[in-house]
Amino acid sequence: MNLDTMIDLEGGRISREIFVSRDIFDREQEQVFTRAWLFVGHESQVPNPGDFFVSRMGTESVILCRDQAGALHVFLNSCRHRGMKICRYEQGNTSLFVCPYHSWSYTTDGKLQGVPLYRVLYEGTLNRDDWSLVEVAKLATYKGTVWATWDPQAPEFLTYLGDAVDHLDQVLDCRDGRPGGSEVIGVHKWILPANWKFAAENFLGDTYHNPSHRSVDMIGIGPSAQRGAKGRRDNEYEGGQHVWVSFPAGHGVHSVLSRPDPEYGGSYQQYPEVDEYFRHCFEARKQRLGTERARLLPFTGNLFPNASYHGRQPRGICVWHPHGATETEAWRFFLVDADAPASVKDVLRRFYMRYSGPAGMTEQDDMENWLYATAASQGPIARRHPFNYQQSIGAFRTGDPLPGDVSLQMTEQNARNYYRVWRGYMQGDPWAALIGAPALRAAAE
Amino acid sequence: MSAEDAARRALAAELAEFLYLEADLLDERRFTEWLDLLAEDLIYFMPIRHNVKFGQHAARENTRQGEGISWFDEDKWTLGKRVEQILTGVHYAEEPLSRTAHLVTNIRVISATPSFAAAETAEVSSRFLIQQNRVEYETTQFVGRRRDILRREAAGWRIARREIILEQNVLVAKNLSIFF
Ligand code: FES
Ligand SMILES: [Fe+2]
Repeated sequence: MNLDTMIDLEGGRISREIFVSRDIFDREQEQVFTRAWLFVGHESQVPNPGDFFVSRMGTESVILCRDQAGALHVFLNSCRHRGMKICRYEQGNTSLFVCPYHSWSYTTDGKLQGVPLYRVLYEGTLNRDDWSLVEVAKLATYKGTVWATWDPQAPEFLTYLGDAVDHLDQVLDCRDGRPGGSEVIGVHKWILPANWKFAAENFLGDTYHNPSHRSVDMIGIGPSAQRGAKGRRDNEYEGGQHVWVSFPAGHGVHSVLSRPDPEYGGSYQQYPEVDEYFRHCFEARKQRLGTERARLLPFTGNLFPNASYHGRQPRGICVWHPHGATETEAWRFFLVDADAPASVKDVLRRFYMRYSGPAGMTEQDDMENWLYATAASQGPIARRHPFNYQQSIGAFRTGDPLPGDVSLQMTEQNARNYYRVWRGYMQGDPWAALIGAPALRAAAE
Repeated sequence: MSAEDAARRALAAELAEFLYLEADLLDERRFTEWLDLLAEDLIYFMPIRHNVKFGQHAARENTRQGEGISWFDEDKWTLGKRVEQILTGVHYAEEPLSRTAHLVTNIRVISATPSFAAAETAEVSSRFLIQQNRVEYETTQFVGRRRDILRREAAGWRIARREIILEQNVLVAKNLSIFF
């Protein structure tokens, strides 16, 4: 496995092997998914002591749980005795996780509590403290989102996120600019027969695939469609400068810098009340952030390795859980401002459903593309021919007009950068290299 | 057999005929004619099913119509858009078109108003097995239950509400690009 020839960044060629090979998939699980920070859920899913939400990290099931004292944990969902999946409910509230197999039980902070016939069978041998549920090395919450890593050496989450945080903020902050305040109103889960990186790369900044959504653009499914608007969304970015930004740690975003002193252009026009609400949010956000900072609007992005977002229409976080080289379990968490009026939430959820995921008119076409791109890349002849990643090669500036490597035209630079970092993980590079040394230095200072 | 029973069976036969016609329209890809069978105030709903603890099924197993996120919770306008999208010829998830066969069975009239004999609306439960095959090898089977509220309008029976209970948790299909 020669990763340097597979990932040819100067030439803009990337081997199809990394999307179809079982060996590479297995190594990815070990090298990428046991180290990188992964999205596991949202605090609004576990508001109370004892609440849990079963999530995934890589190919493995994990439990996001708020313990009886209110602290969050993420545990491997596997009993320490013989590995039984201890929790097979998706979400709920409990004071104890009781293993169905031999009834070992664990408290919500992961401690082994009950061991049947302990006195007779284990006294003097089994030390309960040594057999707690396997817990992640680090857990971080950020504006409601919960992230975890298995690597005790991993940098702090915000260091890992780096300057991509400015873009993530636009997804997680209230529409009127107040920090945080989002809630999850539902989760889609489905299986797609494609490599997980197809999906991540799509959100990372593949704006070039726009023509594949021609059908929805032609008919108009956006929140102003009944007022005659075509397209799949409102055109909230009208007149703005689109930016494609990549970051040393592998994250990539597609955002928009609205024109200076942006004006509200109208949206959700088939729902006057919602239009009015967003007009208010727009003005309040401009007040709160100032006209300059308020210019930044999110489109899509992907935080390395597999947490993508859609920033506004629709608004949510998608996680691409690997199942195998050519199979992925996709999860989509839909977000709204928790304190938005019920009428606004209702319009948003309806729009999210008709746009997103396997039942969504827009994203069905994505799934079709990822499936057949994966399928048509598996043969020995196909594998000899790399994918082309030459789009806008070299056409970016660092730190201008935003932090990161910024392209003002559509580009595959975000993808090239992503696979550069991916290769670093696959080679077992140290953290300083993986997140770009300056970031680690800045954190140390 | 009581008179009421006989009326219920006669109504079931009539409504089965209607549901078979509907299946034919879908499988023959007569989508715009299918739209005509939907009432203007249609609710078309497919919940997401959750794995919940025994005793919590009624409260938490299925997402609810009118709140949060389901697979489908939409109206006739949106379904019309879905048809319009297919008819563009560039909706790649349905281009080339899937082959479908809707098998509808276990049809039972649960209730009717004002009566089975003179039904203006009827609640009908059924099972479906839909095979979708597309392009070369892609084959998906969707199995589940439907609960419909059918209404007699001037032009004939119309679907006023459809609840589709798909027997899956994580959707084991890449898309729900067909009609149920
Ligand atoms: S596997 Fe859990 S108690 Fe034995
Ligand atoms: Fe897309």
